[in-house]
Amino acid sequence: MSQIGSGPAILVENLTKSFGEVHALRGIDLSVPRGTVLGVLGPNGAGKTTAVRILTTLMRPDGGRAVVEGHDVVREASAVRRSIGLSGQSAAIQLELTGRENLEIIGRLYHLSRATSRARATELLEQFDLTEAADRPAKGFSGGMQRRLDLAASLVGRPKVLFLDEPTTGLDPRSRLGMWDIIRSLVAGGTTLLLTTQYLDEADELANEIVVIDRGLVIAAGTSAQLKGRVGGDVLEFTVLDRSRLADAVTAIAKIAESEPHVDDGTGVVTAGVGGSGSEALIQAVRALDEAGIETSGLGLRRPSLDDVFLALTGHAAEDEEQGGKRRRGRRKGPVNAESAERASS
Amino acid sequence: MTAIAVEPPRDSPSLLAQARWAVSDTLTISKRNLLVWARVPAYIVFTVIQPVMFVLMFRYVFGGAIPVQVKGGYVNFLMPGILGQTAAFASFGTAISLATELQKGVIDRLRSMPMARSAVLAGRLVADTGRMTVTILIVVGVGYAVGFRFDNGPLAAIAMILLAIVFGIAICCIAAFTGLAIGDEESVQAFGLIWLFPITFLSSAFVPIATMPGWLQAFANNQPVTYVIDTMRALALGGPIEANLWKSLVWLAGIFIVFAPLAVRAYKRAA
Repeated sequence: MSQIGSGPAILVENLTKSFGEVHALRGIDLSVPRGTVLGVLGPNGAGKTTAVRILTTLMRPDGGRAVVEGHDVVREASAVRRSIGLSGQSAAIQLELTGRENLEIIGRLYHLSRATSRARATELLEQFDLTEAADRPAKGFSGGMQRRLDLAASLVGRPKVLFLDEPTTGLDPRSRLGMWDIIRSLVAGGTTLLLTTQYLDEADELANEIVVIDRGLVIAAGTSAQLKGRVGGDVLEFTVLDRSRLADAVTAIAKIAESEPHVDDGTGVVTAGVGGSGSEALIQAVRALDEAGIETSGLGLRRPSLDDVFLALTGHAAEDEEQGGKRRRGRRKGPVNAESAERASS
Repeated sequence: MTAIAVEPPRDSPSLLAQARWAVSDTLTISKRNLLVWARVPAYIVFTVIQPVMFVLMFRYVFGGAIPVQVKGGYVNFLMPGILGQTAAFASFGTAISLATELQKGVIDRLRSMPMARSAVLAGRLVADTGRMTVTILIVVGVGYAVGFRFDNGPLAAIAMILLAIVFGIAICCIAAFTGLAIGDEESVQAFGLIWLFPITFLSSAFVPIATMPGWLQAFANNQPVTYVIDTMRALALGGPIEANLWKSLVWLAGIFIVFAPLAVRAYKRAA
């Protein structure tokens, strides 16, 4: 117990884990200071869930070490369990039971007295705006309400460190914003948070620090601003109306772009980093596209988003993998079609 | 066996405290499971109505066509068989519930909490044993209503019910293992049908084995369900018990020794 109070809330060193031939984690390092939010960002199958499962004592690593609140996740698993809360990708609640019953049972399993369990349940139901539905079976709750109840359940034991594995995957945009507000208020209360997400905007909104994981490795780490700096300057973006001319459009702007332009075949959106040349690049692009006779819409410059960062770092868009033709771009991504396949693969 | 958790070397509570929490957590989990069971009409239909329907169908539909050399006729022959099958089928609930909880991440949540690690499985078995006992007593009641009578004294009758329950728990251990190992609700259900239907029907539960073709007799005569049901029948109606009782107990012990650790292991490495 002596280590509590000093050092980071989560410390991970050279963590590895394989499932047969699949190397889910190939040596990752993380350090999360107390009271801060680390966003672990990566596409499906990057290793995010595996990392969370090791940190929450559900799985043992093959190599390396992980320490949560000063306790080793393998040797002192029980002590780790007393300090953490976990809310996974699906709502891990008993749908047949009411919201209140769900929370009270969790309270009892945290060895709170009957009265304390009841009081804690009431408190959390209020905090998560579930008081009205509290005594109805959770089956009738909306997806957003079920997730809120699940999050509430992970807080019954007042964890110092909270792990949220893709907390908004599958939620509609409104529930998603509501979830963000709740997460912000938790962090304001001093909870250390590790949040995995495949949504760049989510990490951007919520995290102090972001690590980008791809294929079991940390490929970048830093604040959102630092990561955006990696793209270097502005991003030129436009939509080609006639999809058959996408290739011509790329040729036309190839000279202006500082990096290989990225084309989304599904939407006809072309993006390219143009460095510091900004408005000059914009004028050149208008000219070049006009000369080539390519009709575009929404031509403009913007500050780089984390999408662009991901693209620059990995050479592929964050949500490209396993999404096939349904690939979509745009800074505000609807999370609807992104059910994670990572769980199945772990 | 890489997934076995090493218990913490320091700041661990005393053994007595741990044991107390293990009991308390087990009871909390079993209470929760029974609450869920009572909330879902479909579960009650499957666990209670289905065996009652079997009693009525075999008693009144098939029974007339099945000649047996038993005092009291087919209904007396039938009831120990139905009770054995009822106990075995209780395991569907065990397998399906565990698979669903695994799928939905409920088991992950519980495993990430500082509760007794044994409680989820133990609580499941306690609740399922309770549920099975209630079902068995209801089916006995229905049996009495359609003409079944215990014919060997109350102690033997109680022993028969206890044997049915122990048999059911053994099958629940197998089901707990398959539920956690398969981890998918529908597959688990299908798998349960594939082995539980044959093993209960290809036994002495519903018809005298002598009426089956020779090759089938060879299987039916030498499988554990037959040993258990013959023992139950002897306890209910009288007749020689010992040989079948020993074989039953050896089989049941074998099932516990193999499948209880397998279920625990599947729980610990559930992913």
